[in-house]
Amino acid sequence: MRLTPEQVEHVALLARLRLSEEERERFTTQLNSILEHFEQLQQLDTSGVPPMSHAVAMSNVFREDDPADPLTPEDALQNAPDRARDCFRVPRVIE
Amino acid sequence: MSALNDLTAHELSELLGKREASAREVLEATCARIDEVEDNLAAYLLLTREEAERQASAVDERRARGEDLPALAGVPLALKDIFCTKGIETTCGSRILKGFVPPYDADVVERCRENGLVLVGKTNMDEFAMGSSTENSAFGVTHNPWDLERVPGGSSGGSAAAAAASSTIVALGTDTGGSIRQPASFCGVVGLKPTYGRISRYGVVAFASSLDQVGAITKDVRDCALMLNVLAGHDPRDSTSIAAPAPDYTRALVSELAGMRVGLVKEFMEYQGVGVDREVGAAVRGAVERFHELGAECGEVSLPHLNYSIPVYYLIAPAEASSNLARYDGVQYGYRTPEEGAADIIEMYRKTRDDGFGPEVKRRIMLGTYALSAGYYDAYYLKASQVRGLIRRDFDRAFEQYDILVGPTSPTVAFRLGEKTEDPIAMYLSDVCTIPVNMGGLPGMSLPCGFSPDGMPIGLQLVGRSLGEEALLRAAYAFEQTTDFHRRRAHSVRERNGRRCVVARASA
Repeated sequence: MRLTPEQVEHVALLARLRLSEEERERFTTQLNSILEHFEQLQQLDTSGVPPMSHAVAMSNVFREDDPADPLTPEDALQNAPDRARDCFRVPRVIE
Repeated sequence: MSALNDLTAHELSELLGKREASAREVLEATCARIDEVEDNLAAYLLLTREEAERQASAVDERRARGEDLPALAGVPLALKDIFCTKGIETTCGSRILKGFVPPYDADVVERCRENGLVLVGKTNMDEFAMGSSTENSAFGVTHNPWDLERVPGGSSGGSAAAAAASSTIVALGTDTGGSIRQPASFCGVVGLKPTYGRISRYGVVAFASSLDQVGAITKDVRDCALMLNVLAGHDPRDSTSIAAPAPDYTRALVSELAGMRVGLVKEFMEYQGVGVDREVGAAVRGAVERFHELGAECGEVSLPHLNYSIPVYYLIAPAEASSNLARYDGVQYGYRTPEEGAADIIEMYRKTRDDGFGPEVKRRIMLGTYALSAGYYDAYYLKASQVRGLIRRDFDRAFEQYDILVGPTSPTVAFRLGEKTEDPIAMYLSDVCTIPVNMGGLPGMSLPCGFSPDGMPIGLQLVGRSLGEEALLRAAYAFEQTTDFHRRRAHSVRERNGRRCVVARASA
């Protein structure tokens, strides 16, 4: 499996990154060398082995539905890069 | 007598309790040390001196009123800049969080405050904890106090360097693949990554959520146990937090190991046929001898799937990171690249993330996004998760025979600044002994077990069963009682080889 610069560009779009020409070239080389190093995993027979997604088996951790004090709008907005009144402001999304 | 900041937390606790020193005096000594070394070390990103003075005075006033105070009240604390601190900037070593001021404290920060620890500052780290040298910080490089030309390890490099240089007394770090243990090893201090879920992750900036765990970096094993007493316990705000009550970990500190079975892990000494550095291997074998003398039964054990740790980790951790870091989009907090004209929102996201993230973070987001993308999920992420299960199974089998497993913390001593920055795989290999422990969610600890011929500290790693922190502390404490490695301070070797170390400036 070899990644092409076009695939790298597609992954960058999925990841919401914008890469310069130079970054695209560098990442293509580096990701290929990393993935090549990782090919060794394919040698291992894992048929029937359940995937481990967590160290501690747990399911459905519930807590009481007790209301607590939420952040105030001012606290929630204090770090906003751009705001308008009590809203986060972003570039136009809907035409 | 040593300066107050050269003492351990338990020594200070005793002095403070007997009123032979005040929290203000301890803080002053620590701040004087920071002033002396910080230009050379750059362990801190932010100093919180005014708040520290208020906290220290509050502790002194409470003590003067005769209140019964927690053991570590008045002890200076440094926090890796990954912990949310209410009203105090938290950057996670990233330009994308520059200026971010959290509106709340992490659970562990609340616990430290309740215990009267005095926050002196936020420490440097690899951006989003992705790195093994602290060279990936967006805010500059931290130096190893034992040799300023070398890295302190990472990602909790600032915390480890500060503890080693006595510019704090205790520090907190996080460990996803070795980020507490490896820098503790490189800086000659003690670092414990507890069982996954033992300490709350609430308010800790997420990297790889199935692996991340909080822990302390301290000057000796007793301090490590005292810090675990502060940090461990259930937190309903973290759904992966373990409900089992936390014991008093200081009760595990006994000086003999009769009946304990200690297994030296073959794959820790040799990954895919390549052995660890000779001096590291010799120091670790020497430690196993010492365990034997202390009454432990020692043997060797093989965990064959540890030979796949690096690819498994570098598929799982970046996959989780690519999802966790999707939140940095320039909308709710953090950095946003100013748009020219009516830019569309996707372009705003892409520019912001391109400008806000450093190269290693982008590399891992790309790797993780690819590993999770349509058509590749089975070959990469699923496969890696299966092998992760095999690694855990190897550990479970080894723990049928042994109570603790041991090996080096890292295959080498601290390497030189810039030595591995251009070769991602070489950098990844410095965590080869620590990564499998996170895969298994098990507790792991590093403590000093020797010095290389050129005077750099060597770390011994201990690994325990799930919730087996007490066995680690017991073995570590018994070992430490037979050595003086933990009493050596980086600045006590300033004339070593004529090379610069932290007090070169002051002693010149």
